[in-house]
Amino acid sequence: MSLLSNTAILLGKELRTEFRSRELLTTTAVFILIVLVLFSFAINPGTEEAREFAPGLLWLAILFASSLMFQSCFLREQTNDTLSSLRLAVSDPFAIFLAKLIANTLFLLLTELMMLPFFAIFYNIPLWSKLPVLILVLFVGSLGISITGTAISAISAQARMRELLLPLLLLPLLTPVLVVSTLVTASLLDREPVVQWKGIGFLAVFDLIFLTALWLFGEYLLEE
Amino acid sequence: MTALRIPPTGLRFENIDKRYGGLFALRRVSFEIAPGECVVLAGRNGSGKTTLLRVAAQIVKPTAGKLSFPGADEVLPANGRPGYVAHTTMVYDELTAEENLLLFGKLQNVENPAARAEELLREVGLIERRDSLVRTFSRGMRQRIAIARALIHRPSVLLFDEPATGLDPPGITWLANTLREVNRAGCTVVMSLHGESEISALATRAVQLDAGSVVADTQSGASLHSILTFGSA
Repeated sequence: MSLLSNTAILLGKELRTEFRSRELLTTTAVFILIVLVLFSFAINPGTEEAREFAPGLLWLAILFASSLMFQSCFLREQTNDTLSSLRLAVSDPFAIFLAKLIANTLFLLLTELMMLPFFAIFYNIPLWSKLPVLILVLFVGSLGISITGTAISAISAQARMRELLLPLLLLPLLTPVLVVSTLVTASLLDREPVVQWKGIGFLAVFDLIFLTALWLFGEYLLEE
Repeated sequence: MTALRIPPTGLRFENIDKRYGGLFALRRVSFEIAPGECVVLAGRNGSGKTTLLRVAAQIVKPTAGKLSFPGADEVLPANGRPGYVAHTTMVYDELTAEENLLLFGKLQNVENPAARAEELLREVGLIERRDSLVRTFSRGMRQRIAIARALIHRPSVLLFDEPATGLDPPGITWLANTLREVNRAGCTVVMSLHGESEISALATRAVQLDAGSVVADTQSGASLHSILTFGSA
């Protein structure tokens, strides 16, 4: 019970501080938008080529934008050593991770939902009929990115070359998520759409495995 | 200051070592602090005072040795952990003074956190600025909110790392009075200080560290004065 109540309190804090500064949301949304706009000049909208490459571009943009988001995830706790005060206050340190990864998933999903209309317009791909499944794919994919990113952010925040370390550790770990999310999204946006439930299942299992690992070993990541 | 949340608790350091790579920050530190004692940690910069306080706060795990809390079944409950004031404020700049206290009060299961936050804001003289973001505060005001955060759950052990930093003379008097009150209520106080002040006058014992080891431990008035003023007993 205390894990859940501590998580809820910390999640409230994460949302309050973010909606006050809008730092992460603005950075990720602008980054994704820039990538979508730039590549829309290189790919002819509405063609088979667009349908083939656009899902990969979307996920790459999400992945790179999320790595910007994770840079400051634990780093902002170091400014006033608030991580230490949180560790002193919570009964289970996993609550710190859980609150941060839920907040990161929400921020990422919110940004993705804001970007979907631009994606549909720039690449001339109709999304309306596939929206519920597409949101499910975005959710399981973003959750995987957030779980892994939050853990790596805790490690890299304590390192000297943190700006370099985060993408170096994060991107190889997220390769399976990137590949499977792209494949599932591509088949969903095809002229003859297919829902690849196996792919969605794979993403859900990935999320579960990494969440369990974080629950088991997260405490060690917070140690000085 | 109202009653403590858990019974008065002491601190026992047994052969504590803390190593960062090849550097020993603490080396075989062993001493005991009785429940309700007020102890000053003295020593030059880099002597290990901050590391010892962080070990006592359970923020840093010792490389070797054992830390225990006599009087509290040796292990502190999660909601009875020490109150710790560090060099940094340990509060969020993007939250208001009241939001910060409510956050830590709720996390530590404080009964009626809103009333407790208001009581503390009044005590530290920040009630007028309760809705101001901490980032708009002066250094002294930040120190006051940091102290309020440490007191929010009525801890039975208080650990202060140079608590007078940034406080003006009335602030130091206020802090000395607050510490006197919590100490009278049975709270164990351990603080690192440089030089003598109103705050150091509360101490009944001084432990001097040098290069991570305890080199003096005295309760006698003259030696205590000498450690605080000249850095040796």
